[in-house]
Amino acid sequence: MTKLVQIEEGKFLGYRRPDGKVGVRNHVLILPTITCATQTAKQITELVHGTVSFIHQHGCAQVGIDYEQTFRTYVGMGKNPNVYGVVVLGLGCETHQAKSVAAEIAKSGKPVITVSIQDYGGTLTSIAEGAKAATKLVQEASAQMKEWCDFSELIIGTECGGSDACSGLSANPAVGAVSDMIVENGGTSILAETTELIGAEHLLANRAKNDKVSKRVYEVITAMENRSIHMGVDIRTGNPSPGNIEGGLSSLEEKSLGAANKAGKSPLNEIIDYAEEPNEKGLVWMDTPGHDIEQLTGMVAGGAQVVLFTSGRGTPTGSPIAPVIKISTNTGMFDRMSENMDLNAGTIIEGKETVEEVGKRIFDEIGLVSSGKLTKAEILKQHDFGIWRIGPTF
Amino acid sequence: MSENLFRTIIMRPIDNVAVALQDIPAGTQIEVTFSKKESTMIKIKEAITFGHKFAVRRIMKGTEIKKYGEVIGKALRDIGEGEHVHVHNLEGTRGRGDKVGTD
Repeated sequence: MTKLVQIEEGKFLGYRRPDGKVGVRNHVLILPTITCATQTAKQITELVHGTVSFIHQHGCAQVGIDYEQTFRTYVGMGKNPNVYGVVVLGLGCETHQAKSVAAEIAKSGKPVITVSIQDYGGTLTSIAEGAKAATKLVQEASAQMKEWCDFSELIIGTECGGSDACSGLSANPAVGAVSDMIVENGGTSILAETTELIGAEHLLANRAKNDKVSKRVYEVITAMENRSIHMGVDIRTGNPSPGNIEGGLSSLEEKSLGAANKAGKSPLNEIIDYAEEPNEKGLVWMDTPGHDIEQLTGMVAGGAQVVLFTSGRGTPTGSPIAPVIKISTNTGMFDRMSENMDLNAGTIIEGKETVEEVGKRIFDEIGLVSSGKLTKAEILKQHDFGIWRIGPTF
Repeated sequence: MSENLFRTIIMRPIDNVAVALQDIPAGTQIEVTFSKKESTMIKIKEAITFGHKFAVRRIMKGTEIKKYGEVIGKALRDIGEGEHVHVHNLEGTRGRGDKVGTD
């Protein structure tokens, strides 16, 4: 295979941002702050090369902490260092005002332009104005030189979706080994999906940096578990999913004990809220649901430049702005869904490779992908986005 | 049939279930390795699909089922050695809002 550049271990070629952070991509993001603007945003991306956007159903009639969580997610998507500049597209009358989102993103120093459909005179004018602004940003972005960066500047999101009984034996322990390597290199690794840590919380609490973090482990787990208890439902009607069960997972506890392997053996330094940027380096836990897309969106909005995603059943999931490296837990699925999967950890099950060997392969792939190699999800334009709603719409 | 043909894994010696790393037909006699020193022969009672679990010792109704050395649920009924262990005879104990007020 042709290699564009020789990558030194623990280094990558990235894009330096005005706030000092480093992106592994150089996207221009068309960010609709309200569901009413998503189609217009999509039409701008169809006109202008180098732009990305996402479809969603949020941004209006949301209140309190639910309003704040959605607002934080929008801002985080814009501030993610994989984004060069942003066109924030609003309707005008919504609760999540485009100009407020734009003002927060602009604090990072990157270029931000606001377009409002009601103020600009409608859909066609907004498409034209948005496309003109985006064209300028794309040309600027394309002229930016990459520079050598260190893995200490990376925030890696870790995730498992469509788990099977092999997840806890192969791909998740391998991602755990990578997580430890990232931490040893001075970087940050995000563990998430609180739902899928129910039953494994004591193992993580024991590794907490201090009593405060340990106490917080039990608080976020109890809050998540209580949601199903207050609803009077068996959490298993949602998790483990029918596919998980077909794959051999019998209970949420069993799934959790496999999922927790993604966190490796490093101390747990911090627990952060959904879509919140980590304050600490090392291993951090973001409080998210187990829903794949909501978790992925939370981690990327929290600043993750690259995501490692393990799967036993197979999944196409990707992000509009962050490369998602898909790792299969078993060789059968890797062969069956090679169009979606990037790496295979099934070799561990077959006894052909050790957890550490697969971990090293994933670590090296992070260097290549961070330097520009495209993942399958990026090539297939898998621009998934979904915000964890924590309140009703009014 | 040689027991070496079928690969299985037990995560911790205290576990009472093992995972089949390939499909195992009913009636197969297999060797399960607990540690370097300890292994046992088990007769698989029913077909076990790749990734699914079977009991490596008798599990009484209501007792804890362990994998990774940790509790993954409770037995809904007595489970014999070599029987399939899954949602039909293993019950998760966490997030059980359906059981509030009935326990």
